[in-house]
Amino acid sequence: MSEDEREPPYLYPDYVGTRLRAPAKPLVHLPDGFHDFPAPLFPRTIGKLDHDLTRQHGGEPIGERIIVTGRVLDSDGRPLRKTIVEVWQANAAGRYLDQDDQHPAPLDPNFSGAGRCLTDDDGRYRFITIKPGAYPWKNHRNAWRPAHIHFSLFGSEFRSRLVTQMYFPGDPLMPRDPILQSISDQARRERLVSRFDPEATVPDWALAYQWDIVLRGRAATPFEHEP
Amino acid sequence: MSAPLTPSQTVGPFFGVGLPYEKGEQVVAPGSAGVIRIEGQVLDGNGDPVPDALLEIWQPATGFGRARTDSEGAFSFWTTKPGATPAPDGRVQAPHLNVTVFARGLLRHLVTRMYFPNEPDANATDPVLNLVEPARRETLIATNSGGLLHFDVRLQGERETVFFAI
Repeated sequence: MSEDEREPPYLYPDYVGTRLRAPAKPLVHLPDGFHDFPAPLFPRTIGKLDHDLTRQHGGEPIGERIIVTGRVLDSDGRPLRKTIVEVWQANAAGRYLDQDDQHPAPLDPNFSGAGRCLTDDDGRYRFITIKPGAYPWKNHRNAWRPAHIHFSLFGSEFRSRLVTQMYFPGDPLMPRDPILQSISDQARRERLVSRFDPEATVPDWALAYQWDIVLRGRAATPFEHEP
Repeated sequence: MSAPLTPSQTVGPFFGVGLPYEKGEQVVAPGSAGVIRIEGQVLDGNGDPVPDALLEIWQPATGFGRARTDSEGAFSFWTTKPGATPAPDGRVQAPHLNVTVFARGLLRHLVTRMYFPNEPDANATDPVLNLVEPARRETLIATNSGGLLHFDVRLQGERETVFFAI
């Protein structure tokens, strides 16, 4: 098992939620091949505007409009084409559209905070959204989550499945966040931090952030000619 | 040269806006031929319900299902029972579902399997069940419960579900 497969650990006591939910018994290792089967075929369809979280309602959401883009790659660095990317996030005020979110910050009638897209032939995804706000949580006194966007990906194999979070560069809350700090190695933590991308920034319209995602497993070698 | 993998982070408590979708728990529609209903609960190390978990089941020959737990930690799926499948080493695997578990408090997802109670012979020779210490095998086998199958996921504790490294 590589370092990459050990972190984050299941039990990280500073993140209080792990204490009663992390398995206490060792995971059972299966011989090679037992988990080598294709990723699920995700049955949900993708609408033309599902990648644009700012156009799901009658008006525009409040907040800083941003573009979030990057490539989804396999562990050999090859692009994963036509793979589904699902995202969800808080609004600009740091509030989720979720009945269990008790943060006394306003909901935005023009923002639901969920999106989906398929990667293109270069493995690239692109979302238009608003920058999520930081928000308090009950983990410890004065605990605040850094701004983040949740990502869910399937990749090509069952073993590729990944649910994770993307953070924003320079956020002062990151060093205090036990969820991010559950990853002990700084270089590994930095793989979760996007970078400001002046090239992808659209003048007079929206800042862009770039974030690549590397999944376990190998992309199928493209061999068919497409029309 | 392998690229450094992107680490996992928890699904958190607020995935409800993004991940569940209508009829996600129906791998096959209720009323279809051979449909079975699976019900269960996700429980923490105190035996308390986990109301913010998301389960996915994946049967390569049948389809994919996704369901969240409710305020009682309960979930359900509609699907059909898969057949026996070949193992990579040529042996036969008893019918089973691949079950993936996400939750607030899980920094990485968990993978387990649900086997069927009416397959005692196939289960007895299943290569994966036989890797599990005998006392823990029952955590992977659903129980019959009045016409449906019952399968609980215990994240921690005395009757902790067997989870597989992946």
